[in-house]
Amino acid sequence: MSKKVAFLQGNEAASYGALYAGCNFFAGYPITPSTEVAEVMSVELPKIGGKFIQMEDEIAASAAMMGAALAGFKTLDSTSGPGLSLKQELIGMACISEIPCVIYNVMRGGPSTGMPTGPSQSDVMCAKWGTHGDHPAICLVPSTVQETYEEMIRAFNLSEKYRTPVLVMPDEIVAHMRERVVFPEPGEIAIEPRRTPTVPPEQYKPYDTSFGDVPPLAAFGTGYKFHVTSLNKGQDGFPTTKAEWVQAEEERQVRKVEANADDIIEFEEFQLDDAEVVIVAYGSTSRSARYAVNEARKQGIKAGMFRLKTFWPFPYKQLTALTGRIKGFITPEMNLGMCHGEVERAAQGKVPVMGIFRVDGEPINPDQILDKIKEVK
Amino acid sequence: MAFDYEKYIRPGKLPHIWCPGCGHGIVMKGLIRAMDSLKLDMAQTAIVSGIGCASRLPGYMDCCTLHTAHGRAAAFATGVKLAKPEMNVILVGGDGDGTAIGGNHFIHACRRNIDMTYIILNNKIYGMTGGQFSPTTPTGAKASTTPYGNPDPCFDIAKLAIGAGATFVARGTSFHANQIDKLIAEAIQHKGFSVVEIMDDCPTTYGRRNKFKSVIEMMNHLKEIAVPVKAAEKMTAEQLQGKVLTGVLYKDETKTEYTAEYAKVIERAKAAK
Ligand SMILES: Cc1ncc(C[n+]2csc(CCOP(=O)(O)OP(=O)(O)O)c2C)c(N)n1
Ligand code: SF4
Ligand SMILES: [Mg+2]
Repeated sequence: MSKKVAFLQGNEAASYGALYAGCNFFAGYPITPSTEVAEVMSVELPKIGGKFIQMEDEIAASAAMMGAALAGFKTLDSTSGPGLSLKQELIGMACISEIPCVIYNVMRGGPSTGMPTGPSQSDVMCAKWGTHGDHPAICLVPSTVQETYEEMIRAFNLSEKYRTPVLVMPDEIVAHMRERVVFPEPGEIAIEPRRTPTVPPEQYKPYDTSFGDVPPLAAFGTGYKFHVTSLNKGQDGFPTTKAEWVQAEEERQVRKVEANADDIIEFEEFQLDDAEVVIVAYGSTSRSARYAVNEARKQGIKAGMFRLKTFWPFPYKQLTALTGRIKGFITPEMNLGMCHGEVERAAQGKVPVMGIFRVDGEPINPDQILDKIKEVK
Repeated sequence: MAFDYEKYIRPGKLPHIWCPGCGHGIVMKGLIRAMDSLKLDMAQTAIVSGIGCASRLPGYMDCCTLHTAHGRAAAFATGVKLAKPEMNVILVGGDGDGTAIGGNHFIHACRRNIDMTYIILNNKIYGMTGGQFSPTTPTGAKASTTPYGNPDPCFDIAKLAIGAGATFVARGTSFHANQIDKLIAEAIQHKGFSVVEIMDDCPTTYGRRNKFKSVIEMMNHLKEIAVPVKAAEKMTAEQLQGKVLTGVLYKDETKTEYTAEYAKVIERAKAAK
């Protein structure tokens, strides 16, 4: 039997990917260029008995999503730049209270209202450093419509597996372009279930590390009476200022993601085997980079691309490993050097890192990248 | 036999953090008596709060409890209730939490008429942070940030709730402790968004700055200003100067409740499939 195929927009694909992953609750606030997600979810969720709510602002949307997540639902919230800024306090709470949820953020020009319909990749640092305090960050950056569909499924899976919020952040071009999507069959892609307690309610502690770095999470209304707070907490979930408990919990929250970076980080190596010039790209920019690599190869230049699918945790180790055999990195991106800085960290001064930065609302075209490739000596 | 509060309180969680003379504990006891009178299943009850002294209340209660970010309780609770309409959802918080930073979520919860009960512990001040003025601090009063007297007019929480679409609105005081449980119980039983404002006191940060010599004086003040709605009907506007009405101030049983309305959305969507 042939698989179901559709011609979809990135935002639509994201919505269907979420539904495949078992999303049954959506809360959001409309904002260009992500609104189509809210629209699709408002159509689809009630059909399967799921819940859709348009809240009064982006903070409320994240709050409602997190409330539903604690009631056992798989939840999604979608937004763009200004909304992502508003959500930061609650993203921090989702991290510290360890509430699984997915936030879909389409990157548009910023800061502030910026360029609502212009593409950008300038939220990638906000995804990691936007909320205050030490916390884990998982951020996925798809570059095709098909990948947006699949990365939404992976995002839900990672949020459940690591009990933490996951951001999926296509740029506006990926979110609004239309491409062919081949749908997986039901059951074809494994869905990570929520890990719920095996102990009876009297023994349950929401942050019980005897079950590992990612403790099981009960749902409200299932017989388990437990406390969730935004304060630093002990394993029992109650606020504490006890130095050793706070230190241990903070470290575990970050460690559960960082120590599993190899499981979370995905990337594509394109023409990398013998590459001397390596482009590190993500999102729509990687599409121009792919074209530029092919052109360079035709002209006898050994170019390749390391394409990020996971932005956070960042693949420092993988990039550092390349420094022994390449002449340099090129980082094209629609911001003033965000990925660039991380690649510099990975390069450790061993090879040059050359940036191509655009924040004028125009995509980076292949010629720009090709010209830069030729500059690498 | 004396009422057994302890069966509703989490073992080992007392003593609470509240100062001696703080009104918040009186409200918590009222809430417990209300829950007891309704025989609420604690495992099917969620208490959600924001941040502040009042918002520490859920941590002591032996049910599903969620202590969120400052001002956001109503939005979190909306998520819990929409996800699981069969649960009892109760919100607790202070005047600052609910009507300043959380004011937007408060009015929209009222507008949706979602079946939850919001207990606002109105001590007219930001207690937890040391006594800055709140949207309910009386004009002219002293707070740590109004050293020359408060220039701001204040909210009437009950009128705000009614105007925004809440369908049950009541007010009590921490002096009238025996009335608190009855108001809360009636609010919980009401199908729709119910608001119970309890006027209470923060002797630590409000009382001492505003010439209340003792907690008893603050309690007496609550006693003096409270006028039951029935009694108020027979009083002149002049006699009602400086008074606050107590009891059930508003009740509307005609407006549809949000989760019931959403159930209809699901029905329509399934029919259209
Ligand atoms: C985003 C944010 N802003 C400010 C604060 C500081 N803060 C904590 S509690 C509080 C006021 C609480 O007042 P209220 O809600 O009236 O409760 P009370 O302490 O009087 O019971 C403030 C301003 C905070 N925790 N979070
Ligand atoms: S500071 Fe005020 S509100 Fe807070 S516990 Fe003390 S008396 Fe109560
Ligand atoms: Mg207060």
